[in-house]
Amino acid sequence: MRRIPLSALIGLFFTGLFLFTALFAQWIAPYPLDAVLGGVWEPPSAQFWLGTDTIGRDILSRLIYGGQITIFVALLSSLLAFGLGSFLGFLAAVRGGWVDQLLSRLVDLMMAIPSLIVALVVLSVLPISLPVLILVMGLLDATRVFRLSRAVAMDIAVMDYVEAAKLRGEGQIWVIFREILPNALSPLVAEFGLRFIFAVLFISTLSFLGLGIQPPLSDWGGMVKENKDGLVYGKSAALMPALAIAALAISVNLVADWILSRTSSLKGGRGA
Amino acid sequence: MLEIKNLRIEATSYPPDGLPRDVVLVDDVSVSVAKGRVLGLIGESGAGKSTIGLSAMAYGRGGVRLTGGQVLLNGRDIRGLGPAGLRALRGREVTYVAQSAAAAFNPAQRLMEQVIETSLTHGLMGRAEAEARAVALFRKLGLPNPETFGDRYPHQVSGGQLQRAMTAMALCPKPDLVIFDEPTTALDVTTQIDVLAAIKDAIHDTGVAALYITHDLAVVAQVADDILVLRHGKKVEYGTVAEIITAPKEAYTQALVSVRSIDHVEKGAAPSVLSVQQITARYRGTSFDVLKNVTIDLPAGQTLAVVGESGSGKSTLARVITGLLPPARGKIVFGGRTLSPDLPSRSKDDLRELQMIYQMADVAMNPRQTVGTIIGRPLEFYFGLRGEAKRKRVQELLDQIEMGKGYIDRYPAELSGGQKQRVCIARALAAKPKLIICDEVTSALDPLVADGILKLLLNLQAQEHVAYLFITHDLATVKAIADRIAVMYRGEVVRYGTKTDVLTPPFDDYTDLLLSSVPEMELGWLENVLAHRKMASAGN
Repeated sequence: MRRIPLSALIGLFFTGLFLFTALFAQWIAPYPLDAVLGGVWEPPSAQFWLGTDTIGRDILSRLIYGGQITIFVALLSSLLAFGLGSFLGFLAAVRGGWVDQLLSRLVDLMMAIPSLIVALVVLSVLPISLPVLILVMGLLDATRVFRLSRAVAMDIAVMDYVEAAKLRGEGQIWVIFREILPNALSPLVAEFGLRFIFAVLFISTLSFLGLGIQPPLSDWGGMVKENKDGLVYGKSAALMPALAIAALAISVNLVADWILSRTSSLKGGRGA
Repeated sequence: MLEIKNLRIEATSYPPDGLPRDVVLVDDVSVSVAKGRVLGLIGESGAGKSTIGLSAMAYGRGGVRLTGGQVLLNGRDIRGLGPAGLRALRGREVTYVAQSAAAAFNPAQRLMEQVIETSLTHGLMGRAEAEARAVALFRKLGLPNPETFGDRYPHQVSGGQLQRAMTAMALCPKPDLVIFDEPTTALDVTTQIDVLAAIKDAIHDTGVAALYITHDLAVVAQVADDILVLRHGKKVEYGTVAEIITAPKEAYTQALVSVRSIDHVEKGAAPSVLSVQQITARYRGTSFDVLKNVTIDLPAGQTLAVVGESGSGKSTLARVITGLLPPARGKIVFGGRTLSPDLPSRSKDDLRELQMIYQMADVAMNPRQTVGTIIGRPLEFYFGLRGEAKRKRVQELLDQIEMGKGYIDRYPAELSGGQKQRVCIARALAAKPKLIICDEVTSALDPLVADGILKLLLNLQAQEHVAYLFITHDLATVKAIADRIAVMYRGEVVRYGTKTDVLTPPFDDYTDLLLSSVPEMELGWLENVLAHRKMASAGN
């Protein structure tokens, strides 16, 4: 085992920290989510480590609860995107012909419209709930995953061992899950890290625009929105969730970069 | 001219597990080449032959370092030269002919520009003079229309012509030493013989010294004066061609010289297991018939060798038989049943009884599956074996391919080239097939390893009574294992019959050309063949 580079260690540490606080938010957060405890926009103090927000709630507690929702939604939608996108991508690569044409053109069609606009339109029509949010984000992101996994699988599908499996009479499910998936996994895992971060940014954007997580629940994007007026008065309240988003993005990216460099430099990793 | 003394070459290897360490690629090798002489460097892959060849230009590929000894060119140690000195040396005193001319030429420039480039950049001659010299070299190398040949682009000439153009490029600046790095390995035998003759004449006429790197002893015996046999970066034997070929001293050299000495007795008549009847096939979206009216017959438990050069349709025939490419016309009878033309509508038994082994064992095995999974899957898929029973059978198969214990949990990356091919054979065998299609299965292997694979295949045939359809371009292999032979040329079977019949005169023109082009391991073979051909064409 080669040594893990420092950057990846830092990334792993912070990613782990974020996941841990998200999982155990109920026990870690010092105050309830929506209890009004102090004055408006109090500066950080021993009582409120990160100060209070626009109506006097503890920012640290809200940050911890918000992280839980942000990470939960982003993770589920990325998992959906990868499950759906990579399966269809592999299928398109293995089947070729009209299946490939149909799926690829459909994806082209969806990608032709900026995903934020699609999401805004869809969410303004549908009732906004967590499942709907996750579904919409997952479907939109699946188009990106589809293109990547199709390209990766195309390279693998022409390998002799895939031909050997076809000649043996294996079904498509075996070919996809046993021959192609294990060899496509490493680029997909690295991509998952990036896609997860895009999902965090996406849900934050939606919440900031008011079409994401609805009050009284709140995610990081929503917190920025609630406190944005404070920026005018030089209050740090709106910056805290923004910082959290940036820190999560950077740390997950550090891990993803490490996985990517490991897999792309590894000899025989994909058996080129 | 060139003298290499106690050369030692090292490189740093970066194993996936563990720290970088230095490995010795070439150790204590000394050779000398006089003006007008050719030294052949021979050995299997990884023997260090190319590394030594390139050291004569003081060049090391990707992190390779010359760490000891001397490389004297015209009495001067070129290891001590700085970048400017090396630039003056390379392309002027020493030139290089690469293995794959198609990859070494710039596709966007005319051949003439590339052939005279070094002569011009080194200021050795003016453009007019260089072009005149290039045309003279084209003529000497037997290229068609030497005056206008240089106006063509690389894709407009054949592989053999490109290799000769590269030789012209190397000879153009009037170097003292030319390094030929496997110049004919990628060519068909019928093309190889012309290129060999051209190179030999050109070396002789221009009087340069040459290093000729190859893994084919029969080829090097035709062009070289001296031979250095290498193994694992060390000298095995060094002597004149006559000494090496006729009286090799070392066991390794003896094995190289006697390779393909398998005695195989042709089997008698037997009922056929595979009968290909008047198959015509073309690829989708094209109107060109890759196979035309191909009819062959393969008796059960015997070997049919399909021979031909690249583009003759050999591999397409395999694709048609396996069902990957449904034929336009004709039918295939296998084991008494007519096979359905396309793969999806074939029965599981049809698939099981017809197995395939590929040329590149590397890509024929899923790198993420262990040997046990690779061989075990057909057992599970066709016979429903699971758990301990499957593992036991896998081990039996491993014993059969002479790999024994300790391999079942390894990944393909942890096997050598020969072992990988053996595992592929075991995978095919696991299905208990009646017929195995072997598509150039030994072409990517070193001669001694290939020999082992062929012997294994013959043993397995005797044990399991399996038939082989053996696709190859290597006639030595054919002689070693075939019972029947089909010679293919441009999609047609031009000659078909038992081995004895096919290899006994009178020949048709193409078979004659093919057979006489295979280098024999004897001195003066090239001259004899060429003289023979000249007489024949004069007689016509």
